[in-house]
Amino acid sequence: MALNKPANKMITVTNLSKVYNGTCVLNIEHLEIPRGQSFGLVGNNGAGKTTFFSLLLDLIQPTTGNVFNNEITVSQSEEWKPFTSSFIDESFLIGYLTPEEYFNFVGDLRNRNKADVAAFLKNFEDFFNGEILGRNKYLRDLSKGNQKKVGIVAALIGEPEVVILDEPFANLDPTTQIRLKALIRDLSEKSEMTILISSHDLIHVTEVCERIVVLDKGLVVNDIKTSEATLKELEQYFAGGYAKEVKESSEAENI
Amino acid sequence: MYKRFISLQWKAFFRSASLGRSLGLKIFMAFIAIYFAIVFLLLGIGLYPLLKEALPEEEPLNIVNRWLLIYLGLELMMRFFLQTLPVMTVKPLLTFPIPKKKVVNYMLLQSLFSFFNFLPLLLIVPFAVFTAYKGDAGAAAMAGWAVAVYGLVLCVNYMNFLLKKKFADNLKALLPYLVLILVLYALEHFEIFSITELVASGMEAVLEMPFLAVIPLLLLIALYKWNQNVLLKRFYLDESLKGKVTLAKSQDFQWLRKFGDIAPFLQLDLKLIWRNKRPRSLIFISLLIMGYGMIFYPNDAYQDMQAFFVFVGIFMTGIFMINFGQFIPAWDSSYYSMMMSQNIPLKQYLNSKAALIIFSIVLLTILTTPYVYFGYNVLIINLACAVYNIGVNVPVLLLAGSYNRKRIDLEKSPFMNYQGTGAAQWLIALPLMVIPILIFWLLNKFISFDVAVITLAALGFIGILFRSIIMDMIAQSYKKNKYAMINGFKQTGE
Repeated sequence: MALNKPANKMITVTNLSKVYNGTCVLNIEHLEIPRGQSFGLVGNNGAGKTTFFSLLLDLIQPTTGNVFNNEITVSQSEEWKPFTSSFIDESFLIGYLTPEEYFNFVGDLRNRNKADVAAFLKNFEDFFNGEILGRNKYLRDLSKGNQKKVGIVAALIGEPEVVILDEPFANLDPTTQIRLKALIRDLSEKSEMTILISSHDLIHVTEVCERIVVLDKGLVVNDIKTSEATLKELEQYFAGGYAKEVKESSEAENI
Repeated sequence: MYKRFISLQWKAFFRSASLGRSLGLKIFMAFIAIYFAIVFLLLGIGLYPLLKEALPEEEPLNIVNRWLLIYLGLELMMRFFLQTLPVMTVKPLLTFPIPKKKVVNYMLLQSLFSFFNFLPLLLIVPFAVFTAYKGDAGAAAMAGWAVAVYGLVLCVNYMNFLLKKKFADNLKALLPYLVLILVLYALEHFEIFSITELVASGMEAVLEMPFLAVIPLLLLIALYKWNQNVLLKRFYLDESLKGKVTLAKSQDFQWLRKFGDIAPFLQLDLKLIWRNKRPRSLIFISLLIMGYGMIFYPNDAYQDMQAFFVFVGIFMTGIFMINFGQFIPAWDSSYYSMMMSQNIPLKQYLNSKAALIIFSIVLLTILTTPYVYFGYNVLIINLACAVYNIGVNVPVLLLAGSYNRKRIDLEKSPFMNYQGTGAAQWLIALPLMVIPILIFWLLNKFISFDVAVITLAALGFIGILFRSIIMDMIAQSYKKNKYAMINGFKQTGE
C-alpha cells in the first residue's frame, strides 16, 4: 500500500557513474527530480546527456550507483516500465509499421485499445500537420522530422508518469517546435507528468523547463530553477565563463 | 583521383565496425573462393583430354565452340543472382568537385577485378595452351580465340549490370526474354536454326583470322559506354540512391486478438515477416524445403538408414524454426532499445516468438503428412520430430538467441547474405539436428524402432511440460545479456 502513495520524489540518482575504456563519461553524485517537474538537461556534445537518459532507461549498465524511478531500482526490476515512456532516437521506431500501427502497438503495450488511441491522436492533428496519419507510408519512409513527431507522440500514449525525450526539438520545423513547446508546457501544467528533456537549444529549454541542469564532461556544473534571468546566465556560461567554470568545478572535484 | 577512391574503399573495409567479428566469415569465403579456383583450373587443364576421351571423333575445340553460348548464358544467370555492381558510397561525393564521370568510370573499372572475371581465365587459358600444344590450332589462332572468349566473358560482366538495373525490381519484365530463349531453344531442338552453331562458326572465323578477336573487344567497349550512360543518368539522389517508397497499407490481424497477452507481438511479427524482404523469403524457402523428402524417401539406399529420415523430419518440420529462430531476437535489432524500455515483460516477448515458431512447426508437419505414401514409419518419424522440435529445439534456439549480438538489416535479401550470422549461429544449427539423429540412431540400432521414436517424442513432451520453467530460465539469460545485446544491435555496417 505504501508504494501506491505518490512519493514527491519521482527520480533519484545516487553515485551514478559510467566509465567507457577508462574514460568517465558521466559522474553524478546525487540528483533528485520531484514528481511533476519539467526538467531540462543542457550541455555540449559529449557532456553525457544521452548517457544519462540511457541509464535512466536501463539501456546501459551503470559502472557505479543506482537510478531509482519511483523508488524502483531500474537495473533490478522492470516495474518502472509501465509508468515510464521515452523517445531517444529512431531506434525507438519500428520501420516497417505505418504510424497508425505503431501508435496502436504502443497503445497495446500500455493497455489502451484502438478507440483510446484514436481519441488520443485526435489531440495531435495540428501537431502532425496532416503529414503523418492516413498517408499510407511506413515509418522508414518518413522524413527525419516526421519520424520524430511520431516518436514523441507515441511516448505520450497511456498517460505515463515519467516521459524522457532526448533532443526533441532537433530536426523539427519551426512551426512544430513552437507547437511542441506549447504541448510540453501544457502537459506539465495540467498533469502530474514528470518530463525530462535534453537539448542544445538554450531558448527552447528555458521556455519549457522549470529547472535546468547543465552537464559538462559528465559532471553537473549547474542546477538552476528557471527564471527570467536564466537564459542570459546560460548564454554567458556557454559563451565565455564556460572554460573558467569547468576548470573551477574540476578543481573542486579534485579536492 | 582513382588512387583516392581506392584508399577510401580500403578504409571503408578495414574500418568497418565488424571487421574483427566477421573475420571468420571472410576466411570461410576465402576457402570457397580457393575451392572454386582449383576446380576451374583443374577443369581448364583437363577439359581437352576429357573431351577427347568422351567424344574421340570430334575435335575438342569444336565442341567447346558449340557450347560457348550456353556457358555464357549460364554465367550471365549466375552473375545476375550473385554479383552486384561494386557500390561506392556515392552520396557524400555528390557535392564535391569530382566529375561524375570519374566516379562512374571507377565503379565500372573496379568491377573488372571481380572474382567472377578471374575464374573463367583459369578455364580459358589452360585449354587454349593445351589445344595449341596438341597442334589442333596454331598458337596465334588460339591466342586470338582466348582473347575473343575472354572478351565475351567481360561483355557478360557488363551485360549483367544493365540487366540488373532493368530487371532487379521487376522480374516480370524478364518474361519476354525468357520466351525468346525458349523460342531459340525450340528452333535449335527441331534443327531449324541453331544459334549455338552461329556462335561456333563465329569462333571458327576467329581461329582462321585471329585479328577478328577485336570484335568482342569492340562489343565490350560498346557495353561499357552503355553502362556509363545509364549510370551517369542515375547519378542523382532521387534516382537510385534514395530508394523507392512503397505504398503502405495498415492491417491489424484482429483475429490474433484471441491470443491475449502475446497478441500485439504476434501481430508485429507477422508484419515483420510479410513486409520485409529477408524474413518474407523465409516463407518461400520453407515451402521449397517441403520437397526435400522426395530426395530421400523414394531412394532405396536410405531404407535401411532410418536415422536419415530423422534428419529429414527435423529439417522439414523445423525449417522455419531454424531459419527464423536462429535470428531471434536480431529480427527486432533495429528497434531493440525501444523493446527493452517499453512496457514489455521479457517472458511475454519470448512466449510470442515461441508461439509463432510452434505454429509454423504444426503447419509444416501437416503439410508433410502426404509423405505417408512412402510408409507409416515416415509419418511417425515426422510427428516425433515435430514434437521434439517443439519441446526441445525451440527452447534451445531461444536460449541461443540471448547470445545474439548481430544486427540484421531487414530489407536485404537472404541469398548469399551472411549478415547477422556469427559463430554462435553456425554452431547452433548442428546440435539441433545431430542430437536427435544420434539418439534415434543408437536406440534404433540397439533396441528398436518403437523405442527410438517414443524417446524422441517423450523428450519433446518433457520440454512442453516444463515449458513455463524453461521460459523463465531463458528470460533470465536475456536479462543478463541485455546490455551487450543492445550495444551489439546498434552496430551498423557489414
